[in-house]
Amino acid sequence: MENKKRGFLSKPGVASVVTAFVGVIVLMLIFWGMNPNFVRQNNLMSLARSICPYLLVGIGQGIVCITGNIDLSIGSVLGMSAMISATLVCNGMNVILAIIIDLIACLAVGFSNGVLVGKFKLPPFIGTLGTMTICRGIAQLVNNNYNTGDIGTGGLKDLFRDMFYYGRVGYLYYGVIICLVIWAVFYYIMSYTATGRHIYAIGSNVDAARLSGVDVFKTTTIAYTISAFCSFMAGLITMAAAGMGSMQAGMSYEMYGVAAAVIGGISTLGGSGLLVGVIAGASVWAILQNGLTLANVPVAMRNIIIGIIVVACVLFDIMRRSGVIGAKKKAA
Amino acid sequence: MSEYVVTMEHVTKTFPGVKALDDVQLHLKAGRVMALLGENGAGKSTLMKILSGVYTRDSGEITIFGKKIEGDLNTKQAQALGVAIIHQELNMCQHLSVAANMFLGREITKGGRLDNVEMNRQAVEELAKLGIHDLDPDEAVGNLTVGRQQMVEIAKALLINAKVLVMDEPSSALSNAEITEMFRIVRELKAMGTAIVYISHRLQELHHIVDDVTIMRDGKYITEGKFEDFTMDQIIANMVGHEVKNQFPRETVEKGKKILEVKHLNAGKLVKDVSFDVYEGEVLGFSGLVGAGRTETMRAIFGADPKDSGEILLDGKPLEIHSPGAAIRQGIVLAPEDRKKEGLCTKLSIRDNIALPNLDIITLGSPTGKINRQTENEMIEKGKSSLTIKMADAEVEAASLSGGNQQKVVVAKWLARQSRVIIFDEPTRGIDVAAKVEIYDIINELKKQGVGVVIVSSELPEVMGISDRIIVMCNGRITGEVDPRNTTEEEIMTYATQFGDHAAPASLSLAS
Repeated sequence: MENKKRGFLSKPGVASVVTAFVGVIVLMLIFWGMNPNFVRQNNLMSLARSICPYLLVGIGQGIVCITGNIDLSIGSVLGMSAMISATLVCNGMNVILAIIIDLIACLAVGFSNGVLVGKFKLPPFIGTLGTMTICRGIAQLVNNNYNTGDIGTGGLKDLFRDMFYYGRVGYLYYGVIICLVIWAVFYYIMSYTATGRHIYAIGSNVDAARLSGVDVFKTTTIAYTISAFCSFMAGLITMAAAGMGSMQAGMSYEMYGVAAAVIGGISTLGGSGLLVGVIAGASVWAILQNGLTLANVPVAMRNIIIGIIVVACVLFDIMRRSGVIGAKKKAA
Repeated sequence: MSEYVVTMEHVTKTFPGVKALDDVQLHLKAGRVMALLGENGAGKSTLMKILSGVYTRDSGEITIFGKKIEGDLNTKQAQALGVAIIHQELNMCQHLSVAANMFLGREITKGGRLDNVEMNRQAVEELAKLGIHDLDPDEAVGNLTVGRQQMVEIAKALLINAKVLVMDEPSSALSNAEITEMFRIVRELKAMGTAIVYISHRLQELHHIVDDVTIMRDGKYITEGKFEDFTMDQIIANMVGHEVKNQFPRETVEKGKKILEVKHLNAGKLVKDVSFDVYEGEVLGFSGLVGAGRTETMRAIFGADPKDSGEILLDGKPLEIHSPGAAIRQGIVLAPEDRKKEGLCTKLSIRDNIALPNLDIITLGSPTGKINRQTENEMIEKGKSSLTIKMADAEVEAASLSGGNQQKVVVAKWLARQSRVIIFDEPTRGIDVAAKVEIYDIINELKKQGVGVVIVSSELPEVMGISDRIIVMCNGRITGEVDPRNTTEEEIMTYATQFGDHAAPASLSLAS
């Protein structure tokens, strides 16, 4: 408190974000060293595109984490989104109409999560475990327990595939642009609006927020609905990439979301963290997948290495925050 | 229009199984401080929660600024009428900034976007009204001292134009300097014409600011009047329902041999070269300002925080203590400052809480580590009878007990094993008068049994009333040692504010 200097790094959350981005750069340098193909233009373009689903679920899970809750239904909603949209399109429905119906279904899940956790006070782990299972069931149900066939081509379907996955302007795929726009919108909401501040407030001290007149139910529901929206978008991207709906789509993505959020400096305990960090967090995840593949590391080893690196990232952040290695940083 | 800004008449409130308020009345005047007094469970907080709209009354009349409240009063209405409450547990979002907390739930926006510049400006303005000019509105509240956080809460209340301010135990977590600062602010608020309800268990501080008193007991209104018309004994008698002969029953026991010896202890920034001894048959008090390093010293001895250097000897033998578990096994135990957070597992039963640190004894002799119910029951019966813990049965959650009974459960944990030294950190914080005396009786009993008792307390009358010897700390060092029988509050405060680096701690610490 005596320290009146308020440097950039001392702002809450900024240091974690900077750490995460440093991590991204370090990883990229390492993989560049291991395989020069890593930095080829084609690879970087597809790398950026592969970050998108992680970024989306990271935004959703990150915002829910900031409220002090967790959303386990993310992966299932992603799968449900892919299956509903693909099934409807395969059955000849107009793509736009199919997407709208899909959106409504996904947002309904987010709203339900908000009601369960925000109104009926279910522990978020249990409440969203329930919706997670239900949504996976719905994903299986919509096409009678089969993956869909190819959604086909022509007209809006081509446009859809281009918009979400294949099309690009310059070096950037449209999908990347869409994701960055979504990120920017939620970043704005979280950092510059009263709704965002209420999301931080209920994660920081829910009683204080309630006694200050914050509508805890509404705020919780908004957070969960945002999360469901992000899963919905990630589902569309997955569907566009495959050209079909897979019942297994999005398996474990709720945990990838946690990883992206936590590596990016968002606390799972709520109240703190910046959405900027999620970009770095999602990138770390995607870079590891991509880089280790290029380096010909077998899948089993890849998983082990990624697990270790995630734990190491978070451990580093905890040590930095508790000052174990903070002193060195200040001196530098 | 009556002379009162708030009147509450015949207010009744029933919770399942309990009549929390029974025909209670309260009258507040503008520009006056009303002390609302009573033991824990007397219904003070319930009454205030009804006034601020957190609870609804079953029956009774409430009039605020001449407006009779029809039907239920909710939080928003109460705020709109100018009633604000500062809760006992500070209700701040630690991660958010000062300004964000002050404007929480009523943010200023421009076109949907938070207007931080304007909010910061108004926050600074409100704080300035309270005479606080050095607080950065962008600072996260979690980085502020408790005292400062309270100032922010008061400023937040001013922001909604509170004309009636309820302060529920505002001083319980503050240092003396912070309390002085808070009193100054209360006087400012009085001058602005705010009616203040002041709830406190620290009766000694009332004369600084209080104009009127209302006394409650067991959910009933007992009496009210001008503060100056009461003696302290009358106030206590009305609160407790009978006379309390001796608030601080110090018993003299012959001083025995040296039990604990702490030599040149260093730990972190707030424990510098601390040396002291604890003898059989004495209560050693630790006084000082909040942040003086008393809690840190105790935590380091107990192994809860790492030590940098220093020696701890029990009965002349040096100890290696690297964890609380080791300290407990050696016979040094700590009843921590924050009962709910550190002293108890509040969601566990009384039984489980008492058994937890004693599982080594309870499972003794069982190869599979099975809990011996009989040993456990004996342990709990012993604690129950020797401490008069009021409880339906040992299976109830610790959270459901009053503060006094919770503290007794903490003590019961340590009585179950043959502890040599018991350290109490703020043993009576937030506990009512009658329960305090019970805690003091327990401390006296321990002293008679030859247990070394160390008490850390920020309440000077308490530490002076119950200790046999007082060590004063300031800024991590021992700055003085006094005999409570012939010292003054001023002398202790002089030692407590010796911030200089050359306060010669070692020579003083062994003076007795």
